[in-house]
Amino acid sequence: MKPHRRKRLGVILFIATGMSVAVALTLFALSQNINMFYSPTQVANGEVEAGTMFRIGGMVKDGSVEQHQESLAVSFVTTDYTHDVPIEYEGILPDLFREGQGIVAEGRLNAMGVFQASRVLAKHDENYMSPEVRAALEQAGADPENHQFRASPED
Amino acid sequence: MIPELGQFSLILAFCLSILLGVMPLAGAASGNRLWMSMGRPLSAGLFVFLGICLFILGHAFVTDDFSVRVVAAQSNTLLPMQYKVTALWGGHEGSFLLWTFMLSGWILAVGMFSKSMPVEFVARVLGVLGLLSASYILFMLATSNPFDRMVPVPPADGADLNSALQDIGFIMHPPTLYMGYVGYSVVFAFAIAALLSGRLDAAWARWSRPWANVAWAILTIGIALGSWWAYYELGWGGWWAWDPVENPPLITWLFGTALIHSLAVTEKRRVFKSWTVLLAILAFAGSLLGTFITRSGLLTSVHAFASDPSRGVFILAILGVFVGGALLLYAIRAPLIKSEFGFGSLSREIFLLANNVILVVAAASVFLGTLFPMFYQALTGDLISIGPPYFNIIFVPLMILLVIFLGIGPISRWKKTSGTYLQQQLGKVAAASVLLGVALPLIVLLDISIPATIAVALAVWIVLGIGRDLLAKTANKPSRLQGLRSLTYGYYGMQGAHFGVAVMLVGVALTSYFSSERSILLQTGDTVELGKYEFQFAGSERLAGPNYNANRATVLVTRDGDAVADLYPELRVYLASGTPSTEMAIDPSLWRDLLVIPGEIRDNGAWTMTVYVKPFVRWIWLGAIIMALSATIAATDRRYRKLARVRKQAEDKAGEEVGQGDLQPVPGGGA
Repeated sequence: MKPHRRKRLGVILFIATGMSVAVALTLFALSQNINMFYSPTQVANGEVEAGTMFRIGGMVKDGSVEQHQESLAVSFVTTDYTHDVPIEYEGILPDLFREGQGIVAEGRLNAMGVFQASRVLAKHDENYMSPEVRAALEQAGADPENHQFRASPED
Repeated sequence: MIPELGQFSLILAFCLSILLGVMPLAGAASGNRLWMSMGRPLSAGLFVFLGICLFILGHAFVTDDFSVRVVAAQSNTLLPMQYKVTALWGGHEGSFLLWTFMLSGWILAVGMFSKSMPVEFVARVLGVLGLLSASYILFMLATSNPFDRMVPVPPADGADLNSALQDIGFIMHPPTLYMGYVGYSVVFAFAIAALLSGRLDAAWARWSRPWANVAWAILTIGIALGSWWAYYELGWGGWWAWDPVENPPLITWLFGTALIHSLAVTEKRRVFKSWTVLLAILAFAGSLLGTFITRSGLLTSVHAFASDPSRGVFILAILGVFVGGALLLYAIRAPLIKSEFGFGSLSREIFLLANNVILVVAAASVFLGTLFPMFYQALTGDLISIGPPYFNIIFVPLMILLVIFLGIGPISRWKKTSGTYLQQQLGKVAAASVLLGVALPLIVLLDISIPATIAVALAVWIVLGIGRDLLAKTANKPSRLQGLRSLTYGYYGMQGAHFGVAVMLVGVALTSYFSSERSILLQTGDTVELGKYEFQFAGSERLAGPNYNANRATVLVTRDGDAVADLYPELRVYLASGTPSTEMAIDPSLWRDLLVIPGEIRDNGAWTMTVYVKPFVRWIWLGAIIMALSATIAATDRRYRKLARVRKQAEDKAGEEVGQGDLQPVPGGGA
């Protein structure tokens, strides 16, 4: 092999090795950090094991929000209008969190079947419904449009 | 009537961009100089008519013309004037008009600052940009016309601008980001023009470099502004969330950074040519991907506009045609490109290659993490999300590696560097970096943590490396000052940008590892301690803003009994939409930020609040500013201008000799 060919081969091998190591690490990291999304119906049906990190999305059930008097602990019920899942959270809720509004929560189920949220997301714009909540409602047979907080001017 | 003029002007702009997309390209293909010379006047016309569109839409916002649909959707009579103007880009249609206008501005700039390049080359560049602009305007006319009217009856008042957007960050972030994004269209057009002419040489790289630098500088500022805005407006105290819409600018930025370095190698050493072209295409694809993700509504994000599938399909088509076409052209032309391959296994070329591989891998992994949920859903129907830990696990080690190479690259030599030379130059620097990495966090923060030590050591590695290189570069001059003067703007730009990386690195690492926060319920008079600071909730009052009502809390911050700052966080309710909004309060300083983010007011008058101490967080944006300024300095390097003068003289001479110059211009000679 001519020297410049060998050098070129070296460079190509260097790139190829780097790339494959990177791809392997990336795929590993990816597989460790996937959060599945479940609807309240799926959770109520026992599709998720206690202790697994996942996301749940649905509407905040009317009259279900209870705040602790002395601390930031709050509990509420999320629903897709067929099944309910109780959620507990400690911290400050987003601005647009309110009853009858769609939310997505991230966390784990405890042994009692209560979802311990580490993060609660409400939509950023009241005309915008997160695709996850929309999908959850549609799966449960509810019509997402009728539960929207306010009709968007475009519709 | 006036909005219809805007519509008319948009159609005219469309016709002009079609002409711009066809005439110069056809002229360049057939050698028709008249057609080629149409590029500049057409691009000026395009700029003027898109400017008129923007002005007319702005006029509709300022005069509260709620018969125009976007005005009714995004504005309100109560909105303060500065937000009425900027509400223009508060929605999909208006922001896309702004995007297209930015493109026409870049096209105009290319026309103006390309006097030194061959007419044929400029014609091709302008032609490609014209086609791009035509497809953008067609997209607007077909799916998202900003001048649409509300029929039959316009509403009495508008729905108001999203309260989170009523902020200085919204005035500055989108235009800057768009300008940076769109700048990569220019670099893309340069690459395509070079592929079309089959002349991928050092001259092409030299012409592209200032544009790649300026686009990169503006994109850097655009991303930094977005990060700064999210930090104080979104109320979670973070500066980067790996949000699906934050990521495409980052992907573009990573490709753009790789491109800047690769262009340097192509210009100086005439290698990596086809790789450089590919990077130019990828950076442009990244910018279109950003548009696609924001405007198709495919991904869940704080940035997503109201979704409409037809828009997504259209943008995907634009992306497919331009990027697909470019890659096809690349596949046809790339095998013809010959790269000389004269460099050793220890040379600046190799270190820059490592830089490129790392940056491209980083960009690819961000891309994968961003779009993986979408692919997964398409394949399995299940909804998933990828958390920030994924991005951190991948990104942090790659950046550590990158910074290690960053210290070696500038000191190493083109073609061949001996290992002993590098050792001699950098041995002490490396030792000092490790030492200071351990010592500095200990002295400044009285705290020790391995991540902070690594970060500070790497920052010191960069800074001392720059110092070492400056000493080496000025060693043979009569005096140091004279030596410093003899160095080029390009060199100072490079070292400045690297210094910016060091500053940002310190900010990112120290904020990430030494920030503290506490969420708590406070009655009037209560205090909360955080680190050395004591936050006292001194009471609250009601007040009325121009278009909102607010409750304002007073929080007094003290340290060892000395007053540090009075902070006034607010909970607002906007009148037009009834939307609540939290306004956090910040006491910024170079060494630490103090933040109070209000949550809600309980029935008994108590407030929930989160208080933060964030050391060194300002360094993140300071680093970005230093990088952007340095890239701008590099773009003004004398040799880009000197080339212009030399060429002009040569052309004048050629013109005189032949009389009427229907002769093909002298092709770019190169280095």
